[in-house]
Amino acid sequence: MTNKIYQYLLFIGDNTMILGHRLSELCGHGPSLETDIALTNISLDLFGQTRNYFQLAATLSKEDKTEDDIAFLRMEHEYRNVLLVEQPNRDFAYVIGRQFLYDCYHFLLLHELVNSNDEHIAAIAQKSLKEVTYHLDFSSEWIKRLGAGTDESHEKMQNAINYLYPYTGELPEETPIELEMKELGIGADLPAMKTDYYNRVHEVLKEATLDIPETNWFQSGGKKGVHSEHMGYILTQLQYMQRAYPNMSW
Amino acid sequence: MKNEWPIWEVFIRSKNGLEHRHVGSLHAADNKMALENARDVYTRRNEGVSIWVVESKHITASNPEKSGEMFEPAKDKVYRHPTFYNLPDELKHM
Amino acid sequence: MKDSIEKPEAEFQRKIDEGHHIEPKDWMPEKYRKTHIRQISQHAHSEIVGMLPEGNWITRAPTLRRKVALLAKVQDEAGHGLYLYSAAETLGITRDELVDQLHAGKAKYSSIFNYPTLTWADIGAIGWLVDGAAIINQVMLTRTSYGPYARAMVRICKEESFHQRQGYEIMLTLCRGTEVQKQMAQDALNRWWWPSLMMFGPTDAESTHTELSMKWKIKRKSNDELRQQFVDNTVPQADILGITIPDKDLKWNEKRGHYDFGEIDWEEFWNVVKGNGRCNKERLDTRRAAHENGAWVREAAARYAEKQSNKVLSEAN
Repeated sequence: MTNKIYQYLLFIGDNTMILGHRLSELCGHGPSLETDIALTNISLDLFGQTRNYFQLAATLSKEDKTEDDIAFLRMEHEYRNVLLVEQPNRDFAYVIGRQFLYDCYHFLLLHELVNSNDEHIAAIAQKSLKEVTYHLDFSSEWIKRLGAGTDESHEKMQNAINYLYPYTGELPEETPIELEMKELGIGADLPAMKTDYYNRVHEVLKEATLDIPETNWFQSGGKKGVHSEHMGYILTQLQYMQRAYPNMSW
Repeated sequence: MKNEWPIWEVFIRSKNGLEHRHVGSLHAADNKMALENARDVYTRRNEGVSIWVVESKHITASNPEKSGEMFEPAKDKVYRHPTFYNLPDELKHM
Repeated sequence: MKDSIEKPEAEFQRKIDEGHHIEPKDWMPEKYRKTHIRQISQHAHSEIVGMLPEGNWITRAPTLRRKVALLAKVQDEAGHGLYLYSAAETLGITRDELVDQLHAGKAKYSSIFNYPTLTWADIGAIGWLVDGAAIINQVMLTRTSYGPYARAMVRICKEESFHQRQGYEIMLTLCRGTEVQKQMAQDALNRWWWPSLMMFGPTDAESTHTELSMKWKIKRKSNDELRQQFVDNTVPQADILGITIPDKDLKWNEKRGHYDFGEIDWEEFWNVVKGNGRCNKERLDTRRAAHENGAWVREAAARYAEKQSNKVLSEAN
């Protein structure tokens, strides 16, 4: 049982870690100083959440793992994050698009997890929900600014949404572990979130004068450990120190 | 067309119930962004529980060249301060 | 007539001598204004360019704890740059103009950031040495005569206090670690020591700005005094770490009550100032790229704000 909760925490913590990583790449490169600081704040929130999940997972692991063992010392196929969060920072529209599409899901997920039967998970969700409510507000505003700003920004934002939208299909997909956790009242009911998720996404896109992409095919695989080509490069940086200098304290 | 975002002044009220205090300025395109930026820039260390932002151009400031007539007349009105009044030491709670 | 010209100048100097601040709307000599724009913006540019060498290690930080600390530190530097640009803007210049000066290569920033960060230990060494050197300068500047600059520095100093501790803790962990880690720490000290000493600028004999800066209380201590203070602070800290400062002439001078230290390679210093450092070009290119890639974003937000306020106006009518 503890092993399954451990596994479940990876689904949540890997998403926050990899998205936090993508945002951390932007620190020092933002479109304005103020925006740079804002994005880094979101990155810091996500890494903080990641640490909470992995510290909890560490207490459940049989092999005496630390949060860093969990974060840095797995093989690529053992990471459970969705493909959406590993998508690169092609330009600011992709950054905001990815953030918004994830924030919307993240917000609904945490809304469920605050009622988790597992008091530790509920407590982390409670704290995280405040942060993510702000993230969602922030990214929604930017979707509108870019969508309804200039012709150029509208086009860029639309392109980004078109590119990223097919990656949202994986968010409400339920793996066997997630199903089991749901049935035990520990995890969230992902399929039940689906309608609400797309309603919320579409509402903001409409307000931003953006078209809702028409797609009948969604990408998936991240949750099963079948990642995009980007993931390997993320891990070469993320794991660099731990792999090059194994078994040391930093 | 001007693309540099206007300057805003930021005022923050800390937890201890004191008045909003000017803490600095920043750039933002609109008032919502100004509030968010103020939160992200000026309350990173839990400095406040309330934020005001106002676009700098809306502030009217006193002119330092007129500080003589503005502020000096208040200097000799010592009777506005409690220490102006001589009372016996035995008197308590006043 | 003569009186009316001399009067504000004398009044201005009297304020400074009496320890009052000069505020944005106060009368000030044109040279004071220009000197401040130059110095404050250089300082701001240094914070912003300074994000890059450390930012280089954010994605590779060895633990989650180190990662969040580094991320928060580099973010602080963005904040400090922002406070300083704001202070400079009170002198009647826009941030865009200042940033353009940087990108055109017309404005300077601290040369230390033109050195590369090659290992994780460099992040420790920068926090310990570079922030250590910066703090000495910044503490002095909290008492500088221009009000907005002094206030920005007070805020910056308050926030900076964790930076040096963070760096030193990284060094300490390395020095108490494996042989490989100790070597990494020593190597970083070897590469960052001399550039850190150069951060205080040319010797007093060579420095062109010192005299006026002192009179206007922009600076309150000379480059050499500050440099000495840094060496005196740092040598015992290196001893605690158990690593060696790469200077064979370094020794305690009982008579002076200070450490004597070797000659700085001023040729290297001037070369890096002139743009020949290992990373000068790369740093500027990176800053330029960030600014240019962000142009459409800033424009979009500006237009969106206009549209929104027009909408509010037309709804009100």
